[in-house]
Amino acid sequence: MTIPTETAGQAPDESSALWLARLRADGAEREAALGELHELLLRAARFEIGRRRESLSHLRPGDHEELACQTADDALLAILAKLDDFRGESRFTTWAYKFALLEAGVKVRRRAWQGKEIPLEEEAWATFAGAARAERGAEDRELFAAIGEEIERSLGARQREVLVAIALNDVPIDVLAERLHSNRGAIYKNLHDARRKLRAALAERGFELDLYLDRKEER
Amino acid sequence: MSEPTGRRRGDGALLDALLGPGVPELGCDECFAELDRYVELELARREVDDLVPGMRAHLAGCPACAEEYRSLRDLLGADEVRAPR
Ligand SMILES: [Zn+2]
Repeated sequence: MTIPTETAGQAPDESSALWLARLRADGAEREAALGELHELLLRAARFEIGRRRESLSHLRPGDHEELACQTADDALLAILAKLDDFRGESRFTTWAYKFALLEAGVKVRRRAWQGKEIPLEEEAWATFAGAARAERGAEDRELFAAIGEEIERSLGARQREVLVAIALNDVPIDVLAERLHSNRGAIYKNLHDARRKLRAALAERGFELDLYLDRKEER
Repeated sequence: MSEPTGRRRGDGALLDALLGPGVPELGCDECFAELDRYVELELARREVDDLVPGMRAHLAGCPACAEEYRSLRDLLGADEVRAPR
């Protein structure tokens, strides 16, 4: 998709321009800017790790701070490598924050799943069949049965694996990407293709999916 | 405006997770590239869906990107409270 960028090409605001200039300077000025940026990233990392505390309940308190420091370090490196990509479409600090939040999110999700097996497809199917049986209306049971059949029949092996892991087993995409030696973008592409195929197969069988989804929403 | 969420809630959540948003959407990399601009526009109460098409659909379909979106929005919100302009 192309994105209309009404703000594209505009110069960064004053404070963002100052950040860029200081980070591209030499010596003491750059050092100072790096220190301030690291502080900012640490704040974002602590914020993110703090709000995901319950998924990290197996960590000791000191581990949270260590994770926050690692996050800030990694985010700082990512930012410095991508400094030329900053187009001034937001404040520099907002742009920088997102790197820390991404790093923190990925680290927290991976920590939370460390040492955990990804559930097998068969287990997921048992859960799915249970959910399908619990549907009250005959129409809903029919739809769930068709979804089960089409997941088996219409999807490629990788598409099925990714859809089952993410949609049925709630495996975080970054955890799945790591185990499959892939990356988030590629795994999401698999997920997206699986969903598209599934929708097409169901539409072909006469299911009006938007009606189902709207009705579910209303309940 | 309903908030994009990756969390299970209600009856239709499983169907949503299986079937996705069903409309054109950004990929994860494009989503990350637009995230800072999107959140600032949203906080400025601009028409984000017109300005960054495909973003809301992606946030509805991708739990991980949706978490990062909510975090950035809330972090900026917390900054506003600390230092009102
Ligand atoms: Zn995504």
